[in-house]
Amino acid sequence: MKNMMEVQDLTFTYSGASEPSLKSISLPVEKNKVTALIGPSGCGKSTLLRGMNRIHDLYPGHQYEGVINLLDSDEKGYTDILGIKKEADLIRLRQRVGMIFQKPTPFPMTIFENIAYGLRLSGIKKRPDVQEIVEQSLRDAALWDEAKDRLDHDARGLSGGQQQRLCIARAIALKPEVILFDEPTSALDPISTLAIEEMISVLRKKYSICIVTHNMQQAARISDYTGFMYLGEMIEYDQTDTIFMTPSKKQTEDYISGRFG
Amino acid sequence: MNTGQHISHKFDEEVEAVTTSVLNMGGLVAQQIDNAVKALLTSDKAMAEAVIADDVKVNTFDVDIDDKCNRIIVMRQPTATDLRLIMAIIKTTTDLERMGDEAKRIARQAIDIAKRGALPEQFDSIEQMATRVKEMLNRSLDAFARKDVAEALEVIGLDKKVDKDYENLTRQQITYMMEDPRKIPAAIDLLWSSRALERIGDRSCNICEYVIYLVKGKDVRHIEIKDLKAQF
Repeated sequence: MKNMMEVQDLTFTYSGASEPSLKSISLPVEKNKVTALIGPSGCGKSTLLRGMNRIHDLYPGHQYEGVINLLDSDEKGYTDILGIKKEADLIRLRQRVGMIFQKPTPFPMTIFENIAYGLRLSGIKKRPDVQEIVEQSLRDAALWDEAKDRLDHDARGLSGGQQQRLCIARAIALKPEVILFDEPTSALDPISTLAIEEMISVLRKKYSICIVTHNMQQAARISDYTGFMYLGEMIEYDQTDTIFMTPSKKQTEDYISGRFG
Repeated sequence: MNTGQHISHKFDEEVEAVTTSVLNMGGLVAQQIDNAVKALLTSDKAMAEAVIADDVKVNTFDVDIDDKCNRIIVMRQPTATDLRLIMAIIKTTTDLERMGDEAKRIARQAIDIAKRGALPEQFDSIEQMATRVKEMLNRSLDAFARKDVAEALEVIGLDKKVDKDYENLTRQQITYMMEDPRKIPAAIDLLWSSRALERIGDRSCNICEYVIYLVKGKDVRHIEIKDLKAQF
């Protein structure tokens, strides 16, 4: 199976920091698979995720070394996204590599407009087209049945779990190839969490997914591959089953079995 | 395998408590087998009856350990070494419980033989087999307690000898049965007992396989001993 993304020897230093936050990280993101990143707070997993669609670059001065390859849309080759310079190209990159954050971030507008807004910005303006994509995105995000009769309601009236699914629908509407999830369920109750997990397992068929999570059981449940990071390094990367049943590094085992001191 | 302490001391205590229970259960089963064999060899009906009555203690351990493991799974969601330990414990307990049943079976034969009065021919030959099997069980429990793969492999190697004992004993008894049909009931009692011992040997090997799984993370069931030794 082709890799959708390939992080190679990535070293990343935040603007003004003396030490790099990521040290020579390598990681594949396989196509139509879920890759989970786990590790204690401050290990660099969110930093890595945010490098993968250059969202760090909303603020200037950060330093990248290494390569982050993204499979071209025609699947014939790879482009190093660290080479992207133009703002418009960065915006296009973030459409292809979408991101979902820990806290749901609905815009203060109707459910319908939350999705339609981005579509219009990206050039899709015909009402029937917009309507069709809004419905399909809500269906893919498993929110259609709950939202179809209240599309003109303010999105902030949805529950936390529903808001998060709306944000996912908003990302999906722009037809991304990769979706990055940064602790998407840590602010949600267990039932909403399961709904999101179920949705991720369905989304995997269409998209390649990379998820940062503090919930190790969640990583074990939903991912195909897991990377364990510690102090800015990728300690171990393997199939999820192997990581949770027979990890090869002691640091990994200490962390997943609650021995990290 | 990882033997470091958990951040949660209570988790360590729970794992230790269930491990201790398994070893206590193993000690009880070894004692049951020892008594059953003694009862068989000395036609001691009272001792055999005590073995049968005490099987309930083995069963109680079985239920209690399963319950403790269930709790750990629900509350701790064990991973890696912890998960393998819990799996190994659940499976070891099942084998120990079945060994307890085999001890009970030997005790029943002991009562039959005591009632009949006539001892089977070459009765003593079962003693050697019993000694070997008891050694296998005790050493498999040691291997479990010490998480000792080398010891586990040695115990698995001993099973060949027990199988040979069983084969020889069966052949002898068939000969006696053919020579004199009146010896058939006694011979069958002996064969049942030796069959029970042979099974105890097999189950001791199972425990050793769980020890290897626990320490190495590799499932070695249904692998020939010579291939197994080549791997470790």
